[in-house]
Amino acid sequence: MVRLRSVLYGGAALAVILLLWEGYKLVGSPQGWSVNEVRLLPRADDSSMPHVWTVAERFTQPEISAEGSSSVLVAVLRAAWFSFRISLAGWLGGVLVGVALAVLMQRFRTARDALLPYVVISQTVPLVAIAPVVVGWGGQLAVLGQPWQPWMSVAVISGYLAFFPVAVGMLRGLDSPGPAQIALMQAYAASWWQTLVRLRLPASVGHLVPALRLAAAASVIGTIVAEISTGTRGGIGRLIIEYAQAATGDPARPWTAIAGAAALGLVVAALVSALDLALARFNPAGA
Amino acid sequence: MTDQSVAAVSLTGVDKTFDAGRAGAVTALSGIDLAVAPGEFVSLIGPSGCGKSTLMRLVADLERPSAGTISVFGKSAHQARLDQDYGIAFQAAGLLPWRSVRANVELPLQVHGMGRAGRAARADELLELVGLAEFAGHRPDQLSGGMQQRVAIARALAERPRLLLMDEPFGALDEMTRERMQGELVRLSTQTGCAVIFVTHSIPEAVYLSDRVVVMSPRPGRISAVVPIELSDRNEDTREEPGFFAAVTAVREALRARASVELS
Ligand SMILES: Nc1ncnc2c1ncn2[C@@H]1O[C@H](COP(=O)(O)OP(=O)(O)O)[C@@H](O)[C@H]1O
Ligand SMILES: [Mg+2]
Repeated sequence: MVRLRSVLYGGAALAVILLLWEGYKLVGSPQGWSVNEVRLLPRADDSSMPHVWTVAERFTQPEISAEGSSSVLVAVLRAAWFSFRISLAGWLGGVLVGVALAVLMQRFRTARDALLPYVVISQTVPLVAIAPVVVGWGGQLAVLGQPWQPWMSVAVISGYLAFFPVAVGMLRGLDSPGPAQIALMQAYAASWWQTLVRLRLPASVGHLVPALRLAAAASVIGTIVAEISTGTRGGIGRLIIEYAQAATGDPARPWTAIAGAAALGLVVAALVSALDLALARFNPAGA
Repeated sequence: MTDQSVAAVSLTGVDKTFDAGRAGAVTALSGIDLAVAPGEFVSLIGPSGCGKSTLMRLVADLERPSAGTISVFGKSAHQARLDQDYGIAFQAAGLLPWRSVRANVELPLQVHGMGRAGRAARADELLELVGLAEFAGHRPDQLSGGMQQRVAIARALAERPRLLLMDEPFGALDEMTRERMQGELVRLSTQTGCAVIFVTHSIPEAVYLSDRVVVMSPRPGRISAVVPIELSDRNEDTREEPGFFAAVTAVREALRARASVELS
């Protein structure tokens, strides 16, 4: 029943956002609101903030006026699907690397001392700085005899953002068993591997699930930003830029791409929730 | 099958010093000599910090002694741990919350590679023994503190150990539950014939359970007296017998004698 309620709350939150949008359009000034030339509130006119229903209608219309052009909905869905697959690849890679790093850091004190600072520092490097590096290195690699694809660079950057919460959360989870539980495994003369499998891994699920959620959000954002900064075509990131360039003549169109990106985030969040349910057995307290 | 001439546990001249970092070294135990016979029930009693837990952890090979020798059934403590010669229980039941009661009891057997069917049969037998058969499928958090501790005891008995090490296992229980658990423990130890080293803060508990009560004193942790308890039988009325009160008084005086030496 928790699920039904969160779906209801999620729907209510969406309705509130749409109402606020329309509400602001009703009361807000078309010129926005500025103090000393600094605009503090956005313009409420139809070209800056098209009506919700205008945007919805725009989805059903052809993308461009050319003959045989598919509808905006199809274009957005296609781009979102492209980005979704990259996000999934980035997320999976990030989770694998994050878990592996956490296990390594739990096992070896020296690995923890050596790696943990870099794990933290890695996240302070701006995406726009690593994007060209990844593209440059990738261009010299071949994976299983196949040349490096642009989407692979995007997935790597997405994974780069996703591994961090997993590594940190998983390490905390692996460290979470109390001294009595550790002593118990020692008393059983359990090997490191047995202690990992029987105690530390199941104990870490409560910490892992929120980390997987953060990683999912990071991988989606990473994918969209990386698509833009590497100039990769086909995804929702690129579509946002393309549609934004058409904003003057077609103000509703950029919002369709943005709505698509938001929907992508929601779908990914829902998938992680499903994973959460699957792992609930290990997590009696609930994450 | 057990050689009655070999002590279950034997400590000779055991010292334990902890390196406490900048604070220097802490001498937790000094000059400990103690032998526990097979099937014997020995309690360790004394004020906090006198090294009771440390002594038990040394026997369990969870700590190494700084000096002296420890043997368990004639082997090194290390070998005894590898051979699963002892079962252990702590004040915190330490059940794994994601496992059912049965799976918790199975944990040591699973670690030691016993097959699924054998594990389940043994776990059911043990849960029967501690009176929790109908809770096998429950989660630990659905059980009361006393029931959780019974699960922990069942788990400690899983490998049919000849020695049980218990560190204040009833410390967190209310008085009534505690007395009931003491009765059960006496029954279990007689039934299984295993030796027990039992750490406690409670004088009546030590007296009720033990063949001998080892009184310890702090700074450094030493054995200051060993009080033999001569009660014919343990049952509901034992706690009201004159012999019981006499033994309680004897232990209390042994503890106090040591305390007055400290003050003078
Ligand atoms: N791992 C440890 N490191 C440092 N000092 C310890 C450690 N374990 C116990 N001690 C010290 O050894 C002494 C005895 O502790 P303990 O055996 O736990 O006493 P008790 O169980 O009788 O209360 C205490 O002074 C305690 O601070
Ligand atoms: Mg203690």
